[in-house]
Amino acid sequence: MQLLKRAFWSPYAVGAAIGVLSWFAFLTAKRPLGISSAFVRLVAWLEGLAAPAHVEATPYLAKMKPVFDWEFFLVIGVALGALAAARLGGARSGEKPSGRRIAEALLGGFFLMIGARIANGCTSGNGISGSLQLALSGWVFFLTIFASGVATALLFKKEVR
Amino acid sequence: MFEPAPRLLLGLLTGFLFGFFLQKGRVSDRRVIVGQFLLRDFTVMKVMMTAILVGGIGVYAMLAAGWVQLAVKPAHLLSIFVGALIFGPAMVFLGYCPGTAVAAAGEGKRDAWWGLLGMTLGAAAYAELDVACTRMLRAPVDLGPVTLPQLTGVPAAVWFAALVLFAWFFFRWLDRRAES
Repeated sequence: MQLLKRAFWSPYAVGAAIGVLSWFAFLTAKRPLGISSAFVRLVAWLEGLAAPAHVEATPYLAKMKPVFDWEFFLVIGVALGALAAARLGGARSGEKPSGRRIAEALLGGFFLMIGARIANGCTSGNGISGSLQLALSGWVFFLTIFASGVATALLFKKEVR
Repeated sequence: MFEPAPRLLLGLLTGFLFGFFLQKGRVSDRRVIVGQFLLRDFTVMKVMMTAILVGGIGVYAMLAAGWVQLAVKPAHLLSIFVGALIFGPAMVFLGYCPGTAVAAAGEGKRDAWWGLLGMTLGAAAYAELDVACTRMLRAPVDLGPVTLPQLTGVPAAVWFAALVLFAWFFFRWLDRRAES
């Protein structure tokens, strides 16, 4: 219990815990950990409410059946688990973001997901789950986001505000 | 519409633990993620490399025992490279990756809520581009679902041994430098 109330854990302990969690996913769900395809399922569902004919005509959305799968609930779980960890650790919830920060997050999120879907996976599905299987796809993704991210940060992001 | 309920509960439990670990590891903090890209704070690398090594050694051991099967994504190298070139800079500006954005949003960081909205719009936009993307970026370079051991003939055990050694010395050097 003391451990759960500690604000933060060692990054090595957290990495090892995520590694063991990936064994659990492979053993029980027969699937690796991943996040970004759940967003496509959400879109397939929302667009299905408004324009079902369009979803049927778009193969990328039409193939997302069943809409609510293991990974979709995994994403809901991530939000709940982070909330529980933050509350137990006494973290305060964030302040109101500035207009500039909102624009940055909206645009960043938009292109983040486009990049993830072009690459067929994000930091979880390609970066961790792909790399741990020693997949060529995973390591190319991991090394490219690191290199391009470092170059971007050093050029444009001197301070985090 | 739904997968069977036990499987959904399993997903919820797995995700709960994943989100719990991400928050305790400080990687749902935008400053930590941008700090990694500025090469000032190596928390993200430590978490990811340890997860890859512990996860990978266990999964390959379970593979050898016949308990699990791999789920390797195909090496469409051009689309992965182009996607990652968009993803990396976008991650710097958002300050989160998809998983850590969900975690940050869950714990109440409001900028991450806007990030999730942007991500959902991005997924909708990509759905319209998928056919063109497959034709232009996936079809040209497709090596199939290949792993580094298959590609090189070097066994997985050697890859993991080399990665463990690299991670051990690199992180030890970083941690000692941080202490002094």
